[in-house]
Amino acid sequence: MSLLIKGGHLVDPANRINGARDLYIDTDGFIVGVGRAPTGFKPKRTLDASGKVVCPGLIDLRARLREPGLEYKATLESELKAAVAAGITTLCCPPDTDPVIDTPAMTQMIQSRAWRFGMSFVHPLGALTKDLKGELLADMEALDEAGCVAFTNALAPITDTLVMRRAMEYAASFDLLVLLHSEDPWLRGVGCVHEGEVGMRLGLPGIPEAAETVAVARDLALIDQTRVRAHFCGLSSARAVQMVAEAQRRGLPVSADVTAHQLHLTEHDIGYFNTQCHVQPPLRSKRDREALRRALKNGVIGAICSDHQPHQPDAKLAPFSDSEPGISALETLLPLTLRLVHEKVLTLPEAIALVTSRPADILGLESGRLNVGATADICIFDLKQRWTLTEDQIVSRGHNTPFLGQEFEGRVGYTLVGGHIVYEAAARPKLRRAHNQ
Amino acid sequence: MTENLQFDSQGRLRHFLTIEGLRRQTLLEILDTAKSFISVGQREIKKVPLARGKTVVNLFFEASTRTRTTFEIAAKRLSADVINLNIATSSANKGETLLDTVRNLEAMHTDLFVVRHNRSGAAHLIAAHVPAHVHIINAGDGAHAHPTQAMLDAFTIREHKGSFDKLKVAIVGDIQHSRVARSQIHALNTLGVAEVRVIAPKTLLPTAVERLGVVPYTDMKAGLDGVDVVIMLRLQLERMRGAFLPSEQEYFNLYGLTPEKLGYAKKDAIVMHPGPMNRGLEIDSIVADGPQSVILPQVTNGIAVRMAIMALILGGSPNESRSRAPRASE
Repeated sequence: MSLLIKGGHLVDPANRINGARDLYIDTDGFIVGVGRAPTGFKPKRTLDASGKVVCPGLIDLRARLREPGLEYKATLESELKAAVAAGITTLCCPPDTDPVIDTPAMTQMIQSRAWRFGMSFVHPLGALTKDLKGELLADMEALDEAGCVAFTNALAPITDTLVMRRAMEYAASFDLLVLLHSEDPWLRGVGCVHEGEVGMRLGLPGIPEAAETVAVARDLALIDQTRVRAHFCGLSSARAVQMVAEAQRRGLPVSADVTAHQLHLTEHDIGYFNTQCHVQPPLRSKRDREALRRALKNGVIGAICSDHQPHQPDAKLAPFSDSEPGISALETLLPLTLRLVHEKVLTLPEAIALVTSRPADILGLESGRLNVGATADICIFDLKQRWTLTEDQIVSRGHNTPFLGQEFEGRVGYTLVGGHIVYEAAARPKLRRAHNQ
Repeated sequence: MTENLQFDSQGRLRHFLTIEGLRRQTLLEILDTAKSFISVGQREIKKVPLARGKTVVNLFFEASTRTRTTFEIAAKRLSADVINLNIATSSANKGETLLDTVRNLEAMHTDLFVVRHNRSGAAHLIAAHVPAHVHIINAGDGAHAHPTQAMLDAFTIREHKGSFDKLKVAIVGDIQHSRVARSQIHALNTLGVAEVRVIAPKTLLPTAVERLGVVPYTDMKAGLDGVDVVIMLRLQLERMRGAFLPSEQEYFNLYGLTPEKLGYAKKDAIVMHPGPMNRGLEIDSIVADGPQSVILPQVTNGIAVRMAIMALILGGSPNESRSRAPRASE
């Protein structure tokens, strides 16, 4: 169905567009005109986007979909519905499923199941080591062939430095991207919160900042050695950001992301054992949070991701250190990013770039921009609309979020994947299929 | 979960989970109430009917003899019915969650749970999920709080030193893993003690410990200099993973309380220990059994203090007054 998105405020950072433009989409789901209608274009449907922002669909570098193996927490179907309701049109799922994504068969299975639901595009992240055990290298080239966009050991540490070196060297042989969750497991120990004032007061075992910086230092030394393309996931500390910035100045091929919640919460939000604030890496100090925000502004950190981790309710109904870490975060990715705009930390194009074109660049994807000829993955949202996050608003199976009850400004109205409207706020919770017609 | 969890909608003390956030007046009321209960233990019939008809469950997920027994005696002296739930035979070992265990016991119309758990925040978690008529006393949670121990320590200090405001108190030992120390620090600071010191090697001192309002020392001589009260902590060997100390011998040499080291403190300084003691590791027997030791009176006082706290939260204070949270206008 050909479509005209009319009267919207187009924000396409990759193409430096930030203003009123109409958008024209053909029946095959490609953008055929920006601002000017192609000759003879007659839309079958027109979306009135006046007063709304029209931008590329969001790209999320890390979102757990929990399938296969952890369907009691969430399923591909439930989380992809949540993703499109949040304006996310492409997401990467880490390999810590059960079984682990360390075979081409697993990669293809996830992609084909995701494709069947016809919502967001799902790109599996392949395991760096078999079964994430940190011992034997996974078949990276075969996984790449099968569709993995990058390789990571997720939250499982590779303690053997030689194995990490070999993994990086092997990935570098084929110019594969490696995603690193840098945390020294020995310094982490049994820690569950930032080693600081709050953890000390609550008597919770702390994770020192050095757990991150020691591991980032090790990984940077190995990146220097191997020249692998590497990306640091979910940086949490000011010092680690400094180290990555320094590495970038030296010309190392490194990028980094931050999770949306780390940009807004600190250790103090834990209050009295609020398990919804149990995350990995832990919420750190205000100083760290400010450094992360500055790193977004100056470009050291190139992406904001959700690090979505939906849980069943009882995962958080335990003493803090026994509760499972992670936030159900797909639906707060855009609102928390926009909050940085409302707080004047970032401009709107800067914020949009961090969840669209820049994560696409990190992954080497063509999406995340609204070129003529690009697939029409689009998010239309109202920058001013105020709404409150309540349990019944959450589409994800996981309701574990510390942002429940908070008011946000900015809400998704439509999500298009491949030119098809897959989410329409007015029709909520009705969700339509896109790419399986 | 917030600080206000400890108070009901009328601002009355509903649970006793932590000293942090309680006002001085509340702590003094506990101490005064406890004082009135001391005589109960000295009578031939050691009972008052303040909690008659109430059911108290001692829910101990972590081994304890002394604390559980003092809570049991305290509840019985208030005429409550007491049930001790032993973790070794509990369904928690069969995979039941903490909250499911509590909900099942709550269904048996329990009025008060005395909870000990090896995880910080366990008592808060339970308190946040029980109905309004059920009360929780934290009998020690992980490394977070042991508020009744801190109150009995404060009671003992007041009994021996009169007032708090001119005192210098040193807490010696494994501050890092000690729920007792955290609660003591909050209690002593709230009660207006002039100076609270903590003494330990850096491996046993939490990062940023001074934010609790204490002065940290790594040297025993400097730390004990001129103090009125020395509180020795048990070296919690079972909680120590990794290399915290080179050897028990070195620890005793540097931080074990010997008569010589006690000599740095004021001549009339009292020596306390929450027990159980490791003699020859953190304290020399000569000191533990010496004239400055008030370790056994601490145990005796523990019953009266726990009676006071139970009575206050169950609404049966002998003075018929109940603690209230501070209001904005106060």
